[in-house]
Amino acid sequence: MLAAQSAPTLKPSALTFQDLLFRLQAFWAQRGCVLQQPYDLEVGAGTMCPETFLRVLGPKPYKVGYAQPSRRPADGRYGENPNRLFKHTQFQLILKPPPANVQELYLESLEALGIDLKQHDLKFEEDNWEWPAGGAWGVGWQVMLDGLEITQFTYFQQCGGLDLDPICAELTYGMERIAAFLQDVDSIYDIVWARDPDAGVPRDGSTSRGRETGATVTYGDVRWEEELQFSVYNFEMADVPRLWEHFNSYEAEAQLLLVQANALLADEKASPRERRRFPLLPAYELALKCSNLFNLLDARGAISVTERVGVIGRIRNLTVGVAKAYALQQAVEAAPSGVSS
Amino acid sequence: MSDFLLEIGLEEVPARMIAWAQHELLKRVELLLSRERLVDRTGSLVWTNEGLPPGLHDGLSLNGAQVAKSFSTPRRLTVLFKDVVLKLDDAKERVEGPPVSAAYKDGKPTPAAEAFAKKVGASVGELLTVEKPKGKYLCAYVERKGRTANEILAAELPKEVLGVSWPKNMYWRAGKPERFVRPIRWVVALMDSEVIPLTIAGIAAGRLSRGHRVLHGEGAVTISSASEYKETLRKAFVIADVSERRHIIRKALDAAARTLPGARWREDAALVETVVHLTEWPTVILGGFEREYLELPEEVLVTVMRDHQKYFAVEDAEGKLAPHFLAVLNTQVDAEGAALIRHGNARVLRARFKDARFFWDFDQKTPLRERVNDLHSVTFHKDYGSYWKKTQANLGIANDIVDLIQVKGSTVDRGALHAATELAKTDLTAELVKEFTELQGIIGGLYARVQGLGETVAQAIYWQYSPASIGDPIPPSVEGQILGIADRLQTIGVMFSRGLEPTGSKDPFALRRAANGIVKILAESDLALTITELIGSVPELVNAVENAGLESRLRDFFRERVQFWLRDVRGFRYDVVNAVLGNIEYGRVQLGWNDVRDAIKRAQDITAKLGSADFIAISAAFKRIKNILRQAEERGYALGNWADIRADEAKSLRSAIQSLADGVAKLREQRRYGEALALIATLRPAVDTFFDKVMVLDPDEKLRGANLALISGILDNFSSIADFSEIVTA
Repeated sequence: MLAAQSAPTLKPSALTFQDLLFRLQAFWAQRGCVLQQPYDLEVGAGTMCPETFLRVLGPKPYKVGYAQPSRRPADGRYGENPNRLFKHTQFQLILKPPPANVQELYLESLEALGIDLKQHDLKFEEDNWEWPAGGAWGVGWQVMLDGLEITQFTYFQQCGGLDLDPICAELTYGMERIAAFLQDVDSIYDIVWARDPDAGVPRDGSTSRGRETGATVTYGDVRWEEELQFSVYNFEMADVPRLWEHFNSYEAEAQLLLVQANALLADEKASPRERRRFPLLPAYELALKCSNLFNLLDARGAISVTERVGVIGRIRNLTVGVAKAYALQQAVEAAPSGVSS
Repeated sequence: MSDFLLEIGLEEVPARMIAWAQHELLKRVELLLSRERLVDRTGSLVWTNEGLPPGLHDGLSLNGAQVAKSFSTPRRLTVLFKDVVLKLDDAKERVEGPPVSAAYKDGKPTPAAEAFAKKVGASVGELLTVEKPKGKYLCAYVERKGRTANEILAAELPKEVLGVSWPKNMYWRAGKPERFVRPIRWVVALMDSEVIPLTIAGIAAGRLSRGHRVLHGEGAVTISSASEYKETLRKAFVIADVSERRHIIRKALDAAARTLPGARWREDAALVETVVHLTEWPTVILGGFEREYLELPEEVLVTVMRDHQKYFAVEDAEGKLAPHFLAVLNTQVDAEGAALIRHGNARVLRARFKDARFFWDFDQKTPLRERVNDLHSVTFHKDYGSYWKKTQANLGIANDIVDLIQVKGSTVDRGALHAATELAKTDLTAELVKEFTELQGIIGGLYARVQGLGETVAQAIYWQYSPASIGDPIPPSVEGQILGIADRLQTIGVMFSRGLEPTGSKDPFALRRAANGIVKILAESDLALTITELIGSVPELVNAVENAGLESRLRDFFRERVQFWLRDVRGFRYDVVNAVLGNIEYGRVQLGWNDVRDAIKRAQDITAKLGSADFIAISAAFKRIKNILRQAEERGYALGNWADIRADEAKSLRSAIQSLADGVAKLREQRRYGEALALIATLRPAVDTFFDKVMVLDPDEKLRGANLALISGILDNFSSIADFSEIVTA
């Protein structure tokens, strides 16, 4: 099935996929959040981006939101399954510390997306979250809208093996689900991604709809090929020995940096400047590389069950190592907001 | 006397945790109030339960009148107490000091006396004395000002609230001052209509509660007085009373199902409890799905609806699944909203059914037979190994069990059992089981059926995990029963041999549940198996050196499970259970727990005799015999030869024993326990007369030894059914 070819039955009033992202970003920007761009590395979830993983450590308040394409190689379905994707879009929000009215703010954000809560059934159902490879966990809910899970709402308790104080609230909106729900389409690929308000002729060549709805570009138009090709690569072609080579090599470099970082941070003679300039952020990127490679190896069926725990442990050593060093580095001196002397 | 209300306002508490917390908060506050004498509890005090699962309480009555009641919704835990004292009376309290002997030296007060006088604010001359068993002590009467309820509650209540135990807690405030299930967002604390000035988790108590998130909105709800709590919340679209919400939901499910001719919603008490604790203002909508999905097995459809969507299934007049579902909403909407919500829920359900159908079809490409080797890569336990290894061990145990019961004349389809055991775990590699883990076993059974492996094999695989809980049925076929036993026994053996047995409340591998399953299968099947026979087939026992003590630990464990079964599941009196299982130390009952069905039969027959005066008297006599034998043992008196008895009463008791022993033994063998017990009870006149006239511990050693041998003979001959001395006769 090539879902992209079927004509979407878009409700005229429904927001496009990109409108939804705009609205969410605007909503949270108006409430004081930093808006970040998606992180430019492969991650399995918005949580893994440094804007979450490292910012939640330490005492400094922070509010940030970003739309993060999240890769889960094993979830790919060659673009054939209407509900499953190799790469989906999370709108990730961190509120550190969480305001007392965080749930109310969240509900307002849904209304900003055009969801009239008076016409729907909304429940906060227990769903706790953990990322073992990141030494991170929290408690929270899956937010159910008419039986559909649209958001994971988590109060982070630990990250990188460190207790958080203050804790933070993490809201992860599943954008494809929300869009499919609001546009009332049965396939993710039928989601209208963008609509050209001025185009007189829809892309299917018909003229009847014209300016009323504008020409549309669907999710399938934008992403289907990527789903197909990455599924082929992830499941069939990714070279397992080379993936292991990459893994080992990234791990070795991250380890080397961590050893140096720990020596430096323990060295009382090292100046604050020396400590602050030590490249822990790059070390974290190397750990993320390993995490993605693990996911690829997993999708290739190259990791046996017995190996699995061990490999997760290796990634965890890196992420937790970076987190601990990063917390120390931050404590050396308050992180500079600009260029230091 | 006032009404006291406490409402803890929370972000949504997990549904599974609410009932226990509601119960615990009520108990904690009641204990606090009675400890501090803020309530008078003289009279008949009874914990009551209208809305919570059995064993929990949500109310308290005193002399028949309700004095406390608790409420809960996902967003609040509430207790309401009647007749609370506002202020304790001032009281004179006696304070005791040092002994008089230490208070004066040479007629002059010592520093100890001075210090005591200072402490109580009096001069030494004003001190009084009090007579105590150990002598005279200084004392004084001190005026204690009665504290107010508000003072006490402000000081003590926060500790009680924050002391409520949760399966999983969280921090939310900076500095991590407290942990609770979810953040506390408001507190209402009222004494009648007055706010009690107290602070819990940084929240000052007030009178402002909240209503339903959407129907009422986020504006505050003013509780003007404690007694108006429930009705005020109702106006804000919150039904605080759990039993009322349950009633509303059941009625609404009935009404919605009735709109389809002949249809019923499928009863599911656990799901009702879940939705009761997920809603503040429940309503129900009926939705539908395409008929084509009914081709999927009912088990899959129901699991998707129940476990993943929390929907109730609907069945037609014949009990067959209908293409409909019932969703319990936490809101109330007009027709347009209902259409939207119905549409949305149906959309999600359809997607899930589609997935399930996809997985079903996908799984058929690799039949179970081709999945056996895949079990090498599915870990059973990291120190033990894979499910393949477990499967091999299961096969060995199942084989042993067949050998055991075939000797006793039972018939088993050995080939089918072997196939079922070998394939039992292969569905762990199926996509559908990965998606719906709760359906493991069931999916395997369904696949075995469609793959033509035969009904016996399919049934055995299908039922292997049943009973998962006490209320579940046992596998209907012998092969299924054996597979179920072998699988559980293997797990228990592995874990015990690695020191991973349950301790206290910790049972991470659910071994108690596994053993309960075995006990239940033994109790309710026709399998001629004893527990010691089963334990004998545990492979880990082969390595006797490494696993020293394993057998006796397994025996103790199963004895405890049989005890649990008789007492907590079958409801036999604890003394009857002790009698049946046998007292480990002094009993003559050997392995009373070994044959489960026999233990049940004995417990039943003894229970039926508890009303008989002769039986009770005999039980008392057995207790007396045991005490005498114990005394004799302590004093080093040896048993003699009962041929040496002299008194007529002793001789007639001996002949009574001799004439009954064979009959009792025969009846016992035929498991005619009721008749055996009746026969034993006929010993009573002889026993009574004997104890009236004969001094057992006679100064004459030979005579004493003979007497002891005689009464010991009673235990030896008549204790094989039960240790009657355990029966409580008073």
